Amino acid sequence: MTIKFFNDSERLGRLVSLMLSGAGVTLSIFFLTLLFAIPLGMLVAQGRMSKRLPVRAPVSFYIYIMRSTPLMLQLMFIYFLLPMILPFRIDRFVAVVFAFSINYAAYFAEIFRSGITSIPLGQYEAAKVLGYTKVQTFFRIILPQVIKRVLLPMANEVITLIKDTALASTVAVVELMTIAKKQVSSSSSIEPYFVAIIMYLILNGIAEQLCKFAEKKLNYYR
Amino acid sequence: MLTAKDIYKGFDGLGVLDGISININKGEVVALIGPSGSGKSTLLRCISQLERVDSGTITLGGDVLCKTENGILKYSDEATQRKIMLRMGMVFQSYNLFPHMSVIQNLIDAPVRVKRESKKSATERALAILEKVGLSDKAAQYPYQLSGGQQQRVAIARALCMQPEILCFDEPTSALDPELTKEVLGVIRSLAKEHMTMLIVTHEMSFARNVADYIVFMEGGKIVEEGKPEQLFHSDNERTRRFIGES
Ligand SMILES: Nc1ncnc2c1ncn2[C@@H]1O[C@H](COP(=O)(O)OP(=O)(O)OP(=O)(O)O)[C@@H](O)[C@H]1O
Ligand SMILES: [Mg+2]
Repeated sequence: MTIKFFNDSERLGRLVSLMLSGAGVTLSIFFLTLLFAIPLGMLVAQGRMSKRLPVRAPVSFYIYIMRSTPLMLQLMFIYFLLPMILPFRIDRFVAVVFAFSINYAAYFAEIFRSGITSIPLGQYEAAKVLGYTKVQTFFRIILPQVIKRVLLPMANEVITLIKDTALASTVAVVELMTIAKKQVSSSSSIEPYFVAIIMYLILNGIAEQLCKFAEKKLNYYR
Repeated sequence: MLTAKDIYKGFDGLGVLDGISININKGEVVALIGPSGSGKSTLLRCISQLERVDSGTITLGGDVLCKTENGILKYSDEATQRKIMLRMGMVFQSYNLFPHMSVIQNLIDAPVRVKRESKKSATERALAILEKVGLSDKAAQYPYQLSGGQQQRVAIARALCMQPEILCFDEPTSALDPELTKEVLGVIRSLAKEHMTMLIVTHEMSFARNVADYIVFMEGGKIVEEGKPEQLFHSDNERTRRFIGES
């Protein structure tokens, strides 16, 4: 295999800028998924912990499906299913963000649930006798403590998510992985893969640093 | 001021409170004693609305929390329940401070969020109360930085900061060693001197004897004997004598 990019700075520049645009799409999938999956996961966690069986049972089933089938399969399924049941065309990018969001919401929900159930009952009781409403108790007393407890498992999920975005290439969303594949096959050189590896490393390096920073921030109490 | 009458309460069909009546006058300190499993905590939790009674009547001042007429239990509406809740304070055996808040935040958060008091006036009162429990220098610390005795004194201060008319304690010192127990009991004693109305579940017999105006001895969900400390400590009742003797 011959070197085609690394000895031609102009060609390399074009490749990198092309792949950077792909990385932008990767980041969009990433941030949009977090944006939807975190609040949705919170809701799902509440539903999963509901005392009412008609709420708890379907929510548990949903979590079961999401965690027990491959994300790639879910992605394809949604990509082909949505156009069949919706009266309008949807963008493949939207389908991907939708699939990622509902999948990650299920994982987040389980993390939130274990975080919430690990808060001692005494915290709820103390809040209750002080007159906090249920909503105030959740947002003022419980949630801040849950955030600290879920930070580490959430950081793991975030890193997995960055890598999972590559699955979007299976439905031809033009993100980092898709571009890398195309460039490799059109140039018969694996250099684009190298560039992709470095870009994923940088993205995850930044994500890891942000998580460490958040962890430090929350270190003021135990 | 606080009256609980004919309280019955069971868990899963197992009776825990078996017709308990208790009355606390304003400015009075009542100690609740009895062996483990006798239902002391359950009674306190029914009064402070952490549990619901199966039957009985509870009133605070003029407000009715629940009443039972012709065998039918009826709880007041949410607003009244809440009003009563805000007039009572509770101190737990395990402190239950909010770990993510500093001492001063623990004290002022409820006055500010729940009672919509200004931060300034809540802080002023909180600092005065901290001074009273001997923790002025700990306002900015976090609970994990404090000893058990200090945490419990913060918990007492937090309850006081809501300006309750009556303060309930569930074994406030039983997680503490003797030295720390002394400092917490000292705080409760000084509250008694200021005629704070208190209902205290305790295993500290000499404390009950010296500080309480009235002692209730219960066992198996029933009151065995009640009266002034001198009466119980020189009781004719065989069971009372044995319990106090063993403690
Ligand atoms: N939430 C609950 N569910 C089931 N049973 C309970 C519950 N809370 C208390 N009990 C039972 O009720 C009985 C009385 O308990 P309670 O905690 O009121 O006793 P206590 O007098 O406070 O004892 P201790 O001195 O050990 O604190 C016990 O037999 C206990 O097992
Ligand atoms: Mg108890």
